[in-house]
Amino acid sequence: MILFFILAALSVIFSLAVVFQRNPVHSAMALVATLFLVAVLFLTLDAPMVGFLQILVYAGAIMILFLFVIMLLNPEALERRRVFWWGLGSTAALVLIVEMAALLSAIPAREGRIAAVAEGFGSPEMLGRTLFRDFVLPFEIASVLLLVAIVGAVVLAKREL
Amino acid sequence: MQQLVDQLIQEGYFEGVPKDFVYTGFMVLVALLVLSFFVAPLAGITSWLERRVWARIQSRVGPNRVGPQGILQWLADGIKNLLKEDIIPTAADKRLFALAPYVVFVGFFATFVVIPFGSQLIVADLNIGILYLLAITSLVVVGILMAGWSSNNKWSLLGGMRSAAQIVSYEIPAGLALLTIVFAAGTLSMQGIIKAQGWAPWDWLLFYNPFTFAAFFLYFTAALAEGNRTPFDIPEAESELVAGYVTEYSGMRFLFFFFAEWGNLYVIGAIATTLFLGGWQIPPITDHPVLVGILQFIVFFLKAYLWVFVAMWVRGTLPRVRVDQLMSLCWKYMVPLSFICLLGTAAWMVIWPQGNRVASFVMFLIGVAILGLFFRRVRFQIRHAQPVLYWKPYI
Repeated sequence: MILFFILAALSVIFSLAVVFQRNPVHSAMALVATLFLVAVLFLTLDAPMVGFLQILVYAGAIMILFLFVIMLLNPEALERRRVFWWGLGSTAALVLIVEMAALLSAIPAREGRIAAVAEGFGSPEMLGRTLFRDFVLPFEIASVLLLVAIVGAVVLAKREL
Repeated sequence: MQQLVDQLIQEGYFEGVPKDFVYTGFMVLVALLVLSFFVAPLAGITSWLERRVWARIQSRVGPNRVGPQGILQWLADGIKNLLKEDIIPTAADKRLFALAPYVVFVGFFATFVVIPFGSQLIVADLNIGILYLLAITSLVVVGILMAGWSSNNKWSLLGGMRSAAQIVSYEIPAGLALLTIVFAAGTLSMQGIIKAQGWAPWDWLLFYNPFTFAAFFLYFTAALAEGNRTPFDIPEAESELVAGYVTEYSGMRFLFFFFAEWGNLYVIGAIATTLFLGGWQIPPITDHPVLVGILQFIVFFLKAYLWVFVAMWVRGTLPRVRVDQLMSLCWKYMVPLSFICLLGTAAWMVIWPQGNRVASFVMFLIGVAILGLFFRRVRFQIRHAQPVLYWKPYI
């Protein structure tokens, strides 16, 4: 429980840093730290597979592409026109806070101990079985969607093939 | 490891301390011990050995002054770097510049958690060991990009970008080659994969079928590229980028990058040994638990270190490839080949669910033949070049 609060506090601090850092590279680095901490939270919740996939895919691959693009572009050129985004961002944040407060008040308080997780919870076998047996159709549809996105990106980026 | 700590807690050694903290404390203690008594000397001695091996290849002598045969050269270098001034350039981004070496180092050092040195000698046998390895090594890229960008230097930035592009690209063939083995072994755990193999070479997953045999070479090549080793060391190509992302670093911070690089060589060898070469499996000659443990450690260590040597030879003999050659090698050849390996192994497992002993033995004989040809070639070279130095390795 102590571990959870430390991790939660740290990830909140780092996600605030993502928003409030002036330098885009610093923001991206803070985002890497946040994703990493969330992955550790997954680990403490008996879901190591999801945790490591989070590090591998988000902190490892996607954030590298983010950083790559930020570093290729000139970061100084991206720092103008802050006022408009401030307004929009704060409105979105406010809406989110209201929404979450409503949701939290709607959930009845949990009583007694939380049920222990089943044997083998979060293991690759269980994840594979769920993904490729029970939810194989949504999984395949999602993969086709990703494929379409890749093809679309290539077509947009390379106008004459 | 965990059982030991649990036992200590039950015997009442840590009354009133939360369990998490006790575990964390022990983790830190073990990490420090491993770092100072195993990883640091390993990386250091590897650096000395590498310089000696290159020297042989280039008909030089190499460092031989500090200690017998210069074996303490790494200590002298370490002390020198500790005493050097730690310069942070004025125009650099100070926080990220200071942080980058540690991120790289953590990404490398954390891999030791899942490396199985023996049937009992492993920090944590995670049931997703290989996934952990892939995930944690991706931290290295973050560190390198950090170093490259925060130095505020064009060469550093170019080096960091090249390195990131290279590592992200080569992660795909490396990951697919590892997945081939996961198919054959049926588990992601490092110990599980070793247990799926036997002590005899024809029981190794390397010789399981032709596809895993090819996957081994794909993995080794991709791992060299991921570790920024020659012939794939364009991120720190001296002739183009001064020293790439480490250009602005000095003293101990500089050393951390190279510490990680040399240590990483051994990690590459250890992963190759675990997945393809039977890991710590030894013939059943003794029952004594301690003796078995020591033998397993020696076998694993030697197998893994062999690949460190191979990487040194490769570095000593091959020229550096160009950036475009590097990328086309990865995307045009290695990625399709590793997909073929993956699908081939899957098909093989459908046809022969228990594996095919005859095919394994034939693959083993082919492997022996390749090794034989290699040694014949080496002997031929040594005979005809008549190098004096080779016959006197102890100058």
